[in-house]
Amino acid sequence: MASLDDLKKRIQSVKSTQKITKAMKMVAAAKLRRAQENAEKGRPYSEKMNNIILNLSNGISDKENAPKLLTGSGEEKIHLCVVLTSDRGLCGGFNSNIIRKAKSYFQKILNEGKGLKIITVGSKGYDQLKRLYNENIVDKITFKESKNANYFDADKVGKIIIEKFEKKEFDVCTIFYNQFKNVITQIPQEQQIIPLKASEAKKDTETGDIYEFEPEEDEILSNLLPKNISTQIFKAMLENSASEQGSRMTAMDNATRNAGEMVDKLTIQYNRSRQAAITKELIEIISGAESL
Amino acid sequence: MSEQFKLEIISPEKSFFLNDNVTEAIIPGYEGEMGILKDHISIISFLKPGIIKIFSKDGEDNFYVDDGIAEFKENTLSILTSSIFNLKDQNKSFIENSIKDAENELNKENLEDQKRYLFNQKIEVLKSIN
Repeated sequence: MASLDDLKKRIQSVKSTQKITKAMKMVAAAKLRRAQENAEKGRPYSEKMNNIILNLSNGISDKENAPKLLTGSGEEKIHLCVVLTSDRGLCGGFNSNIIRKAKSYFQKILNEGKGLKIITVGSKGYDQLKRLYNENIVDKITFKESKNANYFDADKVGKIIIEKFEKKEFDVCTIFYNQFKNVITQIPQEQQIIPLKASEAKKDTETGDIYEFEPEEDEILSNLLPKNISTQIFKAMLENSASEQGSRMTAMDNATRNAGEMVDKLTIQYNRSRQAAITKELIEIISGAESL
Repeated sequence: MSEQFKLEIISPEKSFFLNDNVTEAIIPGYEGEMGILKDHISIISFLKPGIIKIFSKDGEDNFYVDDGIAEFKENTLSILTSSIFNLKDQNKSFIENSIKDAENELNKENLEDQKRYLFNQKIEVLKSIN
């Protein structure tokens, strides 16, 4: 049984931990609103971009010579996986959910005997993956300096990917990120960006529209596709930052509540042992007086 | 007032500009400027550095864009661009800095012809604003 002094110290330390988690929760809540707004504002751009590309690829006449970014290199030997995680911890299952999703995908690819290359964006992902897949990681990128997800950063990642594709370092590219559904649910996603997946194309096939293109389709496409990759990554980054804050907020909320429960429990224990000590002393005094 | 169409300018960060009552828009297409009126044929075009002029019943708006892509379809003109600013909001020093940056880029060696052309275009346009 811990002494009264120990209990007192324990209660104090749990209380100060609670203060920290409470503050972190508030900060996350404030940031969440901003991140969520940004994620929602960013959606129209990537959707429009997708639509335009779909319309273009429908209109393209010469499928054989279509840009490689759209159709792929024709093979499926080497997979590049871009895993987007956060730079900071203490955000519940946020990072481990992405990593788990990514790991199961890695396993599938390795089992099929295909090549695997990994780019990690965000330091937490690298920390978790380096133990098992160190030899597969070809690049690690962090944006610790930038406060918010911005397009400039996304563009950098996009350029790295395209450069690697042009050097024929991989055939298929998939990105992993958390999609923000609401504050308590974030869904880990895998999205194939090279070659562009056909399943997404189904969404909006009210075409039949005949477009006039300026310059030619091929030229537009070959210019637009690299941009689209940056855009998709930017979208993933926005979703990720909103998810991160949401996840952190719920995690910190739970932590605050647990700390509160713990304080209550410890206080009861403290009071009980205090009373026990008093009673013991009283008994000693009384029995001492009786024996006189 | 039936001769109006919808225009939206979207940047990656947000929906930048939205107007339902545009009568005419002049955009710097890759192969020359074009004016777009209601019931224009569906078109997709790249933009080169230049000025987007928008005439609506609220008056005239001018934006500078570096690059981007414009799509006109069913009387909606969508412009996607990652670099845009309203001419009204920018001061001279910002524009001068942009010109300097572009000139520095231009002085770099082994520049592709296409890029050289775009930078020249950019400088020209920015100078004309100043």
